[in-house]
Amino acid sequence: MAYAAGVDVGSTQTKAVVIDEDGVMVGRALVDTGANVIQAAQHAFDEALKSENLSDQDVEYVIGTGYGRYRVTFGNDQVTEISCHARGAVHLFPGTRTVVDMGGQDTKAISVSETGEIVDFCRNDKCAAGTGRFLGAASAALDIPIGDLGDTALGSTSPVKISTTCTVFAESEVLSWLGKGKKIEDILWGVHRSIATRSGGLMRRVGVQDEVTFTGGVSRNKAMVAALEERTGVKLNVSDDCQYIGALGAALFALDRIRAGRAPAGGEA
Amino acid sequence: MSTEQQSIVGRGNRDGAQLFRDWFADLSAAAERGERAAYVFVMGSMNEVLKSFDMRVSFPEINSLQLAVRHVAHEYLAEAEDYGYSPDICGYVKADVAVQLNRGKHAMGRIPKPSVAVYTNACNTYVKWAEIWERMHGIPIFTLDVPGHRQLGIHTAPGSDDFERDRRYVEIQIRELITTCERVSGQTFDIDKLRETMGHANTMSRCWKRILELNAASPSVFNALTDGTVYLGVANGLRGTPEGAKYFEDLVQEMEYKVEHGIGTTTSEGHRLTFVGVPCYPIFRRFNELFSDWGGVFVNSTYLWFASGGSNCGYQYDLSDPIASLAEGTLLSVRDAMDAMFDQTTMIQDSIERFGIDGVVYHPIKSCRTVSTGLADSRRALMEETGISSLFIESDLMDRRVVSEAQLKNRIDAFFEGLQSRKQNAMAGGI
Repeated sequence: MAYAAGVDVGSTQTKAVVIDEDGVMVGRALVDTGANVIQAAQHAFDEALKSENLSDQDVEYVIGTGYGRYRVTFGNDQVTEISCHARGAVHLFPGTRTVVDMGGQDTKAISVSETGEIVDFCRNDKCAAGTGRFLGAASAALDIPIGDLGDTALGSTSPVKISTTCTVFAESEVLSWLGKGKKIEDILWGVHRSIATRSGGLMRRVGVQDEVTFTGGVSRNKAMVAALEERTGVKLNVSDDCQYIGALGAALFALDRIRAGRAPAGGEA
Repeated sequence: MSTEQQSIVGRGNRDGAQLFRDWFADLSAAAERGERAAYVFVMGSMNEVLKSFDMRVSFPEINSLQLAVRHVAHEYLAEAEDYGYSPDICGYVKADVAVQLNRGKHAMGRIPKPSVAVYTNACNTYVKWAEIWERMHGIPIFTLDVPGHRQLGIHTAPGSDDFERDRRYVEIQIRELITTCERVSGQTFDIDKLRETMGHANTMSRCWKRILELNAASPSVFNALTDGTVYLGVANGLRGTPEGAKYFEDLVQEMEYKVEHGIGTTTSEGHRLTFVGVPCYPIFRRFNELFSDWGGVFVNSTYLWFASGGSNCGYQYDLSDPIASLAEGTLLSVRDAMDAMFDQTTMIQDSIERFGIDGVVYHPIKSCRTVSTGLADSRRALMEETGISSLFIESDLMDRRVVSEAQLKNRIDAFFEGLQSRKQNAMAGGI
């Protein structure tokens, strides 16, 4: 049995996925990226292998993706996270026509054709508004663990409107609402809506077509899912594996390379 | 490579660079002597008229982009911003302001002070820019108001009443320009000298059109982004001169030779691309490499259309009636340049099949809303109409603070991954 792997080195977290010859995920791992990107990639890969008692010798091809893809020093090739998220999303949800990926520092919207080809893509530029970093700023300002933000926000009854789109200034706006006596859940729902407005704009640029699959670490946040659904008017595909979709897409590309290598000379990949 | 090949292939780049150095050396020497130059712009320079008065010309747009290519633009931008200009306005203007504040100090020598500024309305910033010199140096400034289209998609053609009215309007202004030039230069207008400069301009326009068309060859014979910008510099700076005419005749010979012998601009032409917008001068060579690393070659570019003032149309002046014909040529060419900036979709669409285009790269820039506004809509329209792959990347023509190579590379890589997958799927479907 030959295995393929994908390692997605994101700005905040690094994900690794190992798949078998049938494209089934057999191992996965997630670690904080930290300052040593090379080490994070290796660590995530080792952890993903451990879950199935595999060794790196069992893995025939590795593709790196994410902003640190060129730092996956043990990898065979690199593919951008844009292609990998599209590939992984279509693999998990074959009806996907739009992908929205929200990570620590960037948000991207991708439109894919019925055959899974990327038609268009768009991502935030030179500004972290509309990304997970915005939630990080709110978490710090309100002293609430980032994993609790979504559930807290869903308890909102009278949401505030966060007018700033700047992540840096958002913190002071959150504090000003606190000073006015607003409830934390109402402020937080306002934060989620603000992010949804910004990322919804990116999605509209590529065209929101059903089905929409939400990927990246922020997709685990239920309030963010609800805010994006409210903004776009479309039910989003989400899965427990959504955080690993970039790495999964990379692993699927790696599997393609393995299969292409086995094709007869002149044969079709 | 044979001796013949060595002397012809690459001659356009070599000679173009030399002509540029000579031109700037002449400007520097003039500045040292305290002499002045006419300041003109690429979209309707009116070089034909100015050269007939033996007036030395300087293109502030070219001066500014040279600072970016030489990686010193940030020093000039910072100085202009310290002086009070906003970070949001045109980088070309700010770099020039700093040049003026530094008595013409420039990375390629020294720029003379202006004697007069001549410009069209093709760019709204030209007008405000010239007013800066008017205040700084007390010089006359001349606006040539060239009527654009009255309605999108409806072109008045020579012979129609509307066109004739527009042509006469431009002709009257050219006659005013001639009077201004007589005053500034101290020379009397000589219509035969105008015929001479217009004859050289005819050669250059005819050749420029031919060169651009020759790049439909496969493999392409020049890179429209890198080589093309060198040719464009000569097309503007030396328009109406015998040196410019000879350069372009030689360039046609070089390109025809390359087509005939199948000599491409690259050894591995994987994807043929169209460039829309203005180049990223702060990382000029590197920007192209981000594409060429994937086998991408720019075979045409809207920049070569609008920044040549529309001389890509190849308009030929009628030398028997020079002023009337100059008005007609200016009207048609500058109007075409404006279209290439604001309404380029049809032009690109027309070239896709002929040039075998695989993808279109839109490059809006922060410095220039004139040329960038509307590109997102144009792109969407082109994609809907043709289904061609396209890429939308933003940076700047001068300001390295808004040029993020890592972000550009990520998008460019994703674009090529998509292009390759599309080509593979098309091949698989065709088997």
